Amino acid sequence: MHDLILSTIAGYLLPLITVYGAYVITHGHLSPGGGFAGGTIIAAGLILAALSWGFHHAEKVFNENSLGNLDTLGSSGYVLIGLVAVFRGSLFLTNLGAGFPSGTPGKLFSSGAVWLLGAAVGVKVAATVFGLVARIWSGGGASGEVDEP
Amino acid sequence: MHLVFSALLVVLLVSCGLAVERTRDLLGAVVIFASYSLLMAINWQMLGAPDVAITEAAVGAGVTTLLLIGAVSRTRRREE
Repeated sequence: MHDLILSTIAGYLLPLITVYGAYVITHGHLSPGGGFAGGTIIAAGLILAALSWGFHHAEKVFNENSLGNLDTLGSSGYVLIGLVAVFRGSLFLTNLGAGFPSGTPGKLFSSGAVWLLGAAVGVKVAATVFGLVARIWSGGGASGEVDEP
Repeated sequence: MHLVFSALLVVLLVSCGLAVERTRDLLGAVVIFASYSLLMAINWQMLGAPDVAITEAAVGAGVTTLLLIGAVSRTRRREE
């Protein structure tokens, strides 16, 4: 099913929603939100676009393979950032004690590695939530459209 | 004023929860559940938890609704 109004509005809304999700992720240590909330917002924007344009368009970019890669990138990035502290002689996930720059308090680049950890969580959550919904809506060989009652 | 709005929110929340259970049309129940999540997000914000409110609005009103609509489209729409 292709609807001109839906697909046009989704084309305008997708960049706005994605930028807002990136804002929530990157300001996770300063304001409400963080990796989980921002990742879910990005995934919701992607789902809106995929539902209005059809999931077969989304599968060109976000198929099972690339979503799995993004999943692995997120979780292994989190563990690797935690392991940086171990290789510098501190405990796992030690932040400022392991030499991460503290930055200016209250500015965007502050609080050491929390920014990077939030970004890793955001990538993983966005890929997982989008993959979950895409699997239900397009998997199993059905049309993926809501049946008429 | 704050108390009246909070009481109104609670009444609407309870009636939405009851309506989800009473509705036989499962697609309608999903839509009522989305409005329940939205009211709950406003409630979290008024309780001073904007972090939880953002997550509730994104997950509860957004992704859960889409998952449940997908599940309804793959099964029956009417509850027997």
